[in-house]
Amino acid sequence: MVKTLMSGNDAVAQGAWEAGVAFAAGYPGTPSTEVLERLAEYAEVDAHWSTNEKVAFEEGMGAALGGLRTMVTMKHVGLNVAADPFMVFPYAGTNAGFVVLVADDPGMYSSQNEQDSRYFAKIAKVPLLEPTDTAEARELVGTAYEISERFKTPVMFRTTTRLAHTRGIAERGERTEAQNEPFSRKVSQYAIPAYARFRRPELEEKLNQLREFAETFQGNVLEEGDPRIGIVTHGIPYQYVREVCPDATVFRLGMLYPLPERKLREFCERFDRVIVVEESEGFIEQEMASFGITNVIGKELFTNIGELSADLVAAGLNGTPVPSDFTGEAAILPRPPVLCAGCAHRGVFGTLQKLGVLVAGDIGCYTLGCLPPYEAIHTTFCMGASIGNATGFHKAGEKKVVAVIGDSTFLHGGFPGLLSAVYNKVPTTTILLDNGTTGMTGHQEHPGTGHTVEGEPAPAVDYEALLKAIGVEHVKVVDPWDLEATENAIVAGLEHPGPAVIIARRHCRLLPAEKAGERETFHVEVDECIHCELCFESGCPALVWEDDYPHIREWECAGCSMCAQMCPVEAIVRTEGH
Amino acid sequence: MPTTSVLIAGVGGQGVVLVSELLALAAMAAGEDVKQGEFHGVAQRGGAVFSHVRFGDKVHSPMAQLATVDYFLALEKLEALRYAHYLKPGGAVIINEHTVEPVRLADQRPYPDDAIEFLVGKGFDVVPVAATELAIELGNHRAANVVLLGALAEKLEIPNEIWEQTINQRIPERFLSLNQAAFAAGSAALQRGVAAT
Repeated sequence: MVKTLMSGNDAVAQGAWEAGVAFAAGYPGTPSTEVLERLAEYAEVDAHWSTNEKVAFEEGMGAALGGLRTMVTMKHVGLNVAADPFMVFPYAGTNAGFVVLVADDPGMYSSQNEQDSRYFAKIAKVPLLEPTDTAEARELVGTAYEISERFKTPVMFRTTTRLAHTRGIAERGERTEAQNEPFSRKVSQYAIPAYARFRRPELEEKLNQLREFAETFQGNVLEEGDPRIGIVTHGIPYQYVREVCPDATVFRLGMLYPLPERKLREFCERFDRVIVVEESEGFIEQEMASFGITNVIGKELFTNIGELSADLVAAGLNGTPVPSDFTGEAAILPRPPVLCAGCAHRGVFGTLQKLGVLVAGDIGCYTLGCLPPYEAIHTTFCMGASIGNATGFHKAGEKKVVAVIGDSTFLHGGFPGLLSAVYNKVPTTTILLDNGTTGMTGHQEHPGTGHTVEGEPAPAVDYEALLKAIGVEHVKVVDPWDLEATENAIVAGLEHPGPAVIIARRHCRLLPAEKAGERETFHVEVDECIHCELCFESGCPALVWEDDYPHIREWECAGCSMCAQMCPVEAIVRTEGH
Repeated sequence: MPTTSVLIAGVGGQGVVLVSELLALAAMAAGEDVKQGEFHGVAQRGGAVFSHVRFGDKVHSPMAQLATVDYFLALEKLEALRYAHYLKPGGAVIINEHTVEPVRLADQRPYPDDAIEFLVGKGFDVVPVAATELAIELGNHRAANVVLLGALAEKLEIPNEIWEQTINQRIPERFLSLNQAAFAAGSAALQRGVAAT
């Protein structure tokens, strides 16, 4: 065994590889993304990015039914997309081990909502495991496959941002190849309501067996301590409890559904009052209450909003006040994330702001278009929502509506929305921000990029042909670095009486090929500058104010020329001989 | 040993994560338990980034509690102010004397020019290092992060051989001599500072 520093995500992938996982599929989503990227690095694992989480889940089902140990990966909102197969798969049960890795994001570091996915396991009636650190993550994944095959059930493996992105020390073990039977064609197990009605009581019986299993499960650990302080906890909150209350008697749950009812009842009988320390909702607390355990307190002490911390756990357990920061005493200016220098989205949002249209946004880096200086996105909900939202705004009487969606998001969930708009003859204008990658999550390949997760060449979607095939009559491709052409294209799209699509096409500046390529830079001719500050409306981070003039940081300038196009006196010029 | 907590903060793109990883690897090589966790928002560039590295016999929480951090590496002055409340009373902040203006917004207050004085006034052990200038002298402003790490190393009990091994193993060949020089420059800057006081 070799000890290595690895992230929670690395450890999940390592554990899955050791458990003999042979197929993996997923869709990128912070904080889950690196699990699939790591799995793709192992020669024994056939891993790929799917078009969305529902597809990944269904591919995984087929592989597991066919005899391969399988992992599918997604963030919490991805499980919403995959909820349909997730809810029906347990009726059939799996053949080979099937684990769905779901990463929640308490604190919404990179999400539109804060969702406690543990409830999904209860609705679907599948076992739910959650580790407390990196080393345990690796081991618990192996256990998940044992449970999956023993009970022929899909298993949900939950992490959170803190666990996924924390590096800790874990071991690297050897791989064990799994042996499973090939698919057996028992129609009664997989088809039509008449058969499913027979499966329904079997699912309940399986859940009862899992409840019994939970009572002796080794991952639920009782740590003896001070006989006066009893705490039930799980996951990362366990670490906070150990940090601030090292002497407590702790019941640490590795399996969060179903819970070990008898064990918890016995535990609670030992104390006047038991404290449940859990992040997000009071899931464990509510389950324990449903067992008729009455001496439990939890969410009265710990907020269900945002991420917990050792400080918040100390405040809840001991009443220790949380120290404040220095914002009241020093000018701590905000440093919001910004679109990069040379980001092609900037040209689109500057134009949209100028036109004053209603903009339905979508999920990606371009959500930053809602912030100053553009403030040119008015809604952002979920993957692919922009086009359907725009259709609805039209129905509500809005005349000038634009949907803005990235290439990966369009393929993930936007396409059906556009198809509906076209079919129903709704005159939406859609701007497809085609930057040739999944930018937000760190440049993952997708069906439009021409490469697989392993870097192999693959077919790339021909968007123009696709749009033509579904009946979009007005399609215009434009380079968003060209502000005049971009404005003309958007105006023409809005004037078109039917659905229109503008493809704003330019690769993400952070793609390795873009960074390595030749680059022009611009500078400000100070004698020409009239101090109008219009260039700052580009919002470009390469522009700074120095000695009463705008100044372009040469090393950051991407040479997009957008600020130069905005300058009314041509004071921003190309630097010759660069 | 009891747990040592280090906080590292800067602006996206300054190399907060790389320095955190180097420190975590060195502590692991020195036989300590380690946890390292970073915080960043949605975008890839330009936003505030901060990271906790904690090491000792047994580390539980990946993040230090507020007002308990032993050492704070601030790659930028405004970010030093933003996270200084994590430092324990009298804790040490090694601060890069360097300004990265946030993107200019309407009605924004001016950049605070008194960060170092403010932190001294709070009773912290403030150690200014001209890390970006030193890195530029070595040929690449991006090595400022490793300059600061070299300064921090002077305050920790991790042997020099372990730092050398860690840097040699983790840094790609084409950036290795730059980072070795940056680390040495940071150590030397701290020694000069100590000699001066």
